[in-house]
Amino acid sequence: MSSPTITIEIPTPLRSFTDDQATVEVEGATVDEALDDLVARYPDLKSNLYTEDGELRQFVNIYAGDDDIRYLDGTDTALEDGTALSIVPSIAGG
Amino acid sequence: MQTTPDVLDAIRTHAAEGYPEEICGFLLGTMQEGTNVVTAIHRVDNEQDTNRERRYLIPPGAFRDAQQAARTEGHDIVGIYHSHPDHPAEPSETDLQQATFPGYTYAIVSVDAGTPQECTAWQLAPDRSRFDEEPIHTEAEASR
Repeated sequence: MSSPTITIEIPTPLRSFTDDQATVEVEGATVDEALDDLVARYPDLKSNLYTEDGELRQFVNIYAGDDDIRYLDGTDTALEDGTALSIVPSIAGG
Repeated sequence: MQTTPDVLDAIRTHAAEGYPEEICGFLLGTMQEGTNVVTAIHRVDNEQDTNRERRYLIPPGAFRDAQQAARTEGHDIVGIYHSHPDHPAEPSETDLQQATFPGYTYAIVSVDAGTPQECTAWQLAPDRSRFDEEPIHTEAEASR
């Protein structure tokens, strides 16, 4: 069985790394797998989304549909074919 | 950053209204060949719980709401603005530590004893080590 096809919405400044596409299609049965596929297809995204230790950056939030995956199963959240993921920054400063 | 005097005035007005707390919001427009063209702003509440005179916070839910509103107007979120009450219009160490993606314009307006001062714009370096100042060009200048 092939992995579910997932669409991922890309924040405006990262579209320069995705051939100017606002949404891209990837494959993955979990959020983790979908993001892995995303950075495999568009390697320049990786340092923007992940720290050098391979953790998602603190300000990076992932939504599956309208739900923050933190309140689901985190990056282990299972995805169905056609799920729309979005990458949403939280903004803070002084 | 390419914008209009009206946008800069709107940021200053918001900053003055919110003084002595920090205010924040989004810069809306389009990214055109590496330049952020800002045609409007979208105010958001500073959702920082404490120390709002020195900190600001925009949670992801507010980002999504703003993005949705922007999209209905044909805009994208191309940057963020916030105020520095009684503090220079330069990124602070906290701004650098908590910066998001390179490519967004970070506009900062200083407010001196309640009166808004200059507005500056900054871009996070690709290696996240610093902010570089980004020139602000307005239509008024271009037509001179």
